Amino acid sequence: MSGYTAATRIRWTEWLPWIAALAFFFLMPEYLSLGARILIFILFALSLDLILGYAGIVTLGHSAFFGLGAYTAGIVSAKLGVQDNFLQLIAAAGAAAALGAATGAIILRTRALTLLMLTLAITAILLEIANKWSSVTGGADGLSGVTVAPILGLFKFDIFNRTAFLYGLGVLFVAWWVVRRIIYSPFGAVLTGIRENRARMHAVGAPVYGRMVLIYAISATIAGIAGALLTQVNQFVGLNVLGLEPSGDILVMLILGGVGRLYGAFVGPVIYLIAQDWLAKQYPEYWYFGVGALLIAVVLFAPGGILGLADQVRDKCLRLFKPRSSAKASAR
Amino acid sequence: MPAALQTEKLCKSFGALTVADNIDFRLEPGARHALIGPNGAGKTTFVNMLTGVLAPTSGKILLDGEEITRTNQAARVRRGLGRTFQITTLFRNLPVLDNVALSIAERTGVARRMWRSASSHKDIIEEAGNLLAALGLADEAAAAAQDLPYGKQRLLEIAVTLGLKPRVLLLDEPAAGVPSHDSGLVLRQLEKLSSDIAVLIIEHDMDLVFRFASRITVLVQGQVLVEGTPAEIAADRRVRDVYLGEGHG
Amino acid sequence: MILYVISVGLSVTMGLMGFINLAHGVFAMAGGFVLSGAMARFGVPFPLAVAAAFVLVALGSIVFERLLYSRLYGKPELAQVLFSIGLILVSMAAARLLFGDQAARILLPEYLRGQVHFLERDFPTYRVFIIGFSFLIILGLWFGVERTRWGAMVRAAVDNRAMAQSVGINTRRLFMLTFALGSGLAGLGGALGADILPVQWAYPFEHLVYFLIVVAVGGLGSLRGPFIAALLIGVADTACKYWTPEFGAFLVYAATIAVLLWRPMGLFGVRA
Repeated sequence: MSGYTAATRIRWTEWLPWIAALAFFFLMPEYLSLGARILIFILFALSLDLILGYAGIVTLGHSAFFGLGAYTAGIVSAKLGVQDNFLQLIAAAGAAAALGAATGAIILRTRALTLLMLTLAITAILLEIANKWSSVTGGADGLSGVTVAPILGLFKFDIFNRTAFLYGLGVLFVAWWVVRRIIYSPFGAVLTGIRENRARMHAVGAPVYGRMVLIYAISATIAGIAGALLTQVNQFVGLNVLGLEPSGDILVMLILGGVGRLYGAFVGPVIYLIAQDWLAKQYPEYWYFGVGALLIAVVLFAPGGILGLADQVRDKCLRLFKPRSSAKASAR
Repeated sequence: MPAALQTEKLCKSFGALTVADNIDFRLEPGARHALIGPNGAGKTTFVNMLTGVLAPTSGKILLDGEEITRTNQAARVRRGLGRTFQITTLFRNLPVLDNVALSIAERTGVARRMWRSASSHKDIIEEAGNLLAALGLADEAAAAAQDLPYGKQRLLEIAVTLGLKPRVLLLDEPAAGVPSHDSGLVLRQLEKLSSDIAVLIIEHDMDLVFRFASRITVLVQGQVLVEGTPAEIAADRRVRDVYLGEGHG
Repeated sequence: MILYVISVGLSVTMGLMGFINLAHGVFAMAGGFVLSGAMARFGVPFPLAVAAAFVLVALGSIVFERLLYSRLYGKPELAQVLFSIGLILVSMAAARLLFGDQAARILLPEYLRGQVHFLERDFPTYRVFIIGFSFLIILGLWFGVERTRWGAMVRAAVDNRAMAQSVGINTRRLFMLTFALGSGLAGLGGALGADILPVQWAYPFEHLVYFLIVVAVGGLGSLRGPFIAALLIGVADTACKYWTPEFGAFLVYAATIAVLLWRPMGLFGVRA
């Protein structure tokens, strides 16, 4: 998908998610709270895809940045009285970026299991801090008293979540556009190269480590913004934004949709969160069972996630209709 | 005039095992130099030390007169030291063109850019295309690297390294694994290399070595046995003794 | 110390087989349930029940290995991580369905309750027993791996699977047995530890981080490593909770990070 031979024009299919989102807004106004939540997790998944799908960094600690962003926005609002939503976002982004750069610089020299462990440890530490430092974070009760001033002075957060949804959609759109540019840029090609063959990247003189820290920090920033959005929409921050669980959740969502495809980050959370909203309330034990089984099935049979399956189906159909077309390798 | 690449008393030991013993080596600018020796002589270890993959136990390495013993791999590449691998190391799932474009982008600094799309960098694409054409790979530019026949993959590896415009080129067994009808292909490309580049090849294929090199160094058990012109090496009794047990490489 | 018994199994599977199995805690949990079930429902005496935990879990794990794990041996790390997460979720859900929300109840036999007087201090008998038992296990494992032919074969197979196969070592069966051993040890640990670490449906997830820490810090593929690591972590954790309760587990995590950065392969890691 990235690279020097890729076509970069925005295909018409790429407008579908946005059209769908707007349709959702007008057609299903009762579900806007869920909708906003989906948007936030799409943003979170997008940030994870940058490092997982493109640079190949496997992490269980991405919730650290999400949670840090969430808490920063919350603290800045509830404890420091900053009401402006953009300032809150900037604060969260800054904190997450700083943590991303610092931790990335330290841990990205390691590989595989050690790296995984370190990412886990970092989010675990943050969870501990949030838990114990209750004067600032509200501890196990969470941080309430978060207020957000009307956006641009005009749009208040209403109880129907209309503002929240459109606000989230706006932020997501900007982030999507930025991520898309990065992926198609020469830097994006470098990331793909790092994922595909790290030894080769070293041998062509790429400062691999530096590039990885950079994308890690960018990804952290986006995750932090997602976390801040969650705080702004809920006007509350709980401990469940940190730790292994949200990291695992977002990983599952992304895998479900398809890693390294940009839009896997859109498909995954939509399906997961809608299913969760529907099923988990009725049959909580079965929900986890189902997710686990689905995960195993995906890993064994459909490693490309839903979009990967869709690709396979499409290829099979094409081959039925054009049996003699030359097999040109599709660059992904 | 300083050597393009030089080592002084380069040593490497793993515990009690010495794989490189006081190697003094000079690669002249524009050279066509070959490094040969029986299996296990330490040739690849030597190249790994030259490129920075492996740190020497002692000794110095100089590139164009400047010491690079402590410089890391990527930095050496940026200073003009290119290398191909014995086992093909490419971006197998990426198109052939991208493989080369990546190295060109690194050299020109374009690789850092995050804003404009990669495919809009026409100059990089054009340079990559020219390089592929020069090596006879233009037709396969859009194919995935792993779909190429093995001989062409080896050529692609050379193309990728040439994209760096290296001043010194280390080729680790460029013809290894290439079916004999294709190894002529590899040799022709090697002969077309610019005389600005100092080339060192490690090879077992003696035909290739004797047709390509103007100087040969023989490495045995981590030590330089002898160095000279192809004629001198061919006539040297010690070399023939070493290879007698091996048979033809 | 329970951490050790459970985690050494993980060190075995991860280090020797190169497979990232986060679901290891599942086998420990299974062991705990087997012990409880055996003793409560079938009236099996403690030592026998513990042995049963080991054997049954080991056998059960073979089923898993044959059906599921073996498909993932060469696959990239991400696939293995995801698979094991999936397995954890499935098992936790199943455990909750089967056993409800309660922890498995264990009735320790008379001779293991109470205290032991040693060096002017009173130590809970059971914990002393566990420490001693773990020591025996480490000796047994060391003996098994270093001295026996089996151990040599495993080490060879891990070092270079293709090579080992070409010398006639049946790597598939070898891996299967090793996995069984590792999981059986987990079951054993879960069973023995059931008194101290209550076994309920969320068990694998709750303690996952600790298992991983012990293994990562101790070093993959080593036997002594997790022992020392478990010891250190157990001590550090208790000490921290005692002296600086505000910091809780913070120091353990920080220490883990420090150790891993200093020695990425763990304190006694086998491969650099």
